[in-house]
Amino acid sequence: MTAPAIHVDQATVRYGDVVALDRVTLSLAAGRVCGLVGMNGSGKSTLFKTIMGALKPDSGTVRVNGGPPVRARKSGAIGYVPQSEDVDWAFPLSVRDVVMTGRYGHLGFTRRPRRADHEAVDHALERVQLTGLADRQIGRLSGGQRKRAFVARGIAQGAGILLLDEPFAGVDKGSEATITRLLRELAGDGAAVLVSTHDLHALPSLADEAVLLMRTVLVHGSPDEVLRPDNLARAFGLDVLRREEPV
Amino acid sequence: MTLYEFLLEPLTYSFMVRALAATLVAAVVCAVLSCWLVLIGWSLMGDAVSHAVLPGVVLAYILGVPFALGAVVFGVLAVALIGVVRDTSRIKEDAAIGIVFTTLFALGLVLISVTPSQTDLNHIIFGSLLGVDRADLIQIAALGAVTLALLILKRRDFTLYAFDPTHVQAIGLSPRLLGAALLGLLAFTCVVALQVAGVILVVAMLVIPGATAYLLTDRFQRMLLIAPAFSAAAAVTGLYLSYYLDTASGGMIVLVQGAAFALVYLFAPRHGLIGHRITRRRHLQAHTREAPSITELEAYHR
Repeated sequence: MTAPAIHVDQATVRYGDVVALDRVTLSLAAGRVCGLVGMNGSGKSTLFKTIMGALKPDSGTVRVNGGPPVRARKSGAIGYVPQSEDVDWAFPLSVRDVVMTGRYGHLGFTRRPRRADHEAVDHALERVQLTGLADRQIGRLSGGQRKRAFVARGIAQGAGILLLDEPFAGVDKGSEATITRLLRELAGDGAAVLVSTHDLHALPSLADEAVLLMRTVLVHGSPDEVLRPDNLARAFGLDVLRREEPV
Repeated sequence: MTLYEFLLEPLTYSFMVRALAATLVAAVVCAVLSCWLVLIGWSLMGDAVSHAVLPGVVLAYILGVPFALGAVVFGVLAVALIGVVRDTSRIKEDAAIGIVFTTLFALGLVLISVTPSQTDLNHIIFGSLLGVDRADLIQIAALGAVTLALLILKRRDFTLYAFDPTHVQAIGLSPRLLGAALLGLLAFTCVVALQVAGVILVVAMLVIPGATAYLLTDRFQRMLLIAPAFSAAAAVTGLYLSYYLDTASGGMIVLVQGAAFALVYLFAPRHGLIGHRITRRRHLQAHTREAPSITELEAYHR
């Protein structure tokens, strides 16, 4: 049996006195799309940072592709699509420049791209249908196009694992469908895709499986199972749902 | 007086030739570094490090070691202290910067006051462009060349660090290391520019060229060309003006850079104040005039 793409085992992360992740255990196999659902502050971004190695768990372990995350990072296995708020959209880089940064781990001291790198970037841009906008400054893209640019960076990188933090926030329905289709295709090619999302309606069409996070994993199962009212009530608070039920 | 004479007359003095060379080196190195500083949001950090290197330079003078060494030690010390005060107390970063760099600057002033040869060292504070001797020029040129070469060779990494440090982490590189390298090069740059502009005005040369270039282009690669060209032109203009008007050279250079920035701020095609207003108005007009498309009409009647 091959090792899962991502395996988080009993990981606990604290910021000072605040417990951001409490003994989180999560496995994701290659070729699967997993939706990560939870309130703001439920630890989704912290979980991403822990998987990437930007945060070290206070206890517990993270394994990526069966090995330590450092090795996976160095081999370019982990692609990351940041939240919109974390990106300076006025930064003077073109779409092509941003996608090229996916190749940096494969390049030498000065990161001067070679022919193969330009080809990988062209191919990635084509895959996300941004070829015609490649020379635009990144801020001059629509919300959905911006997300696809970062997905293209992961493709150019050759990342087998894609982590997407709220890719559907501020994105119209049409673009959301395009991104969903793209992620399904990438999973079909063997990528493991972990997506945090607030869009519960679209979850079944996006994900093979879903995780309900509330600092710890409440449920990990099929999207339908995660979306059961009693489960959502545990993650989002009981009051909200009670009010909607007929008295 | 012809333009030719106007340009050549100052250069009949060898001190002016050395001043011009030192100015060009400092202007170019500062300008290249400033592209990253303004994009990361480290302008205040540039201010802090440029002041904090003063005691390092004075101690290096006393001990007879290269200025660059003392500057880097105190530049790094300043950044570390700022980080410690910010992370281990309720003090916010701007206050931490304000406390640390002024204290280190004051230490430098006190050290100068107790060091026998005062005249040399006071020049560091306000710059003494016309007093640049051969040895100074060699040090400025050598350190400037090393700094510039490192900045240019690692420019892609620094740009990625400025844009997306999380991605730097995700592909197995170290954002901490890149940040530290950039701060070290900032300390080097401060030494290069000390005699030209002086500790107090170095920050202008570390911020204005990058900020100006950022208003003129949406391509980082072009910023790296525009900023040094702008900076060098402004610095040379300032130097000539100071010669003919008999004013302080460091101050004049910064004054010209500031005035040129003001022009760009107002008149830059896309990101200037006036250009921005015009494009926005055109944009609005285009949208109000636009007739609804056939599909939109069909959708409406359906």
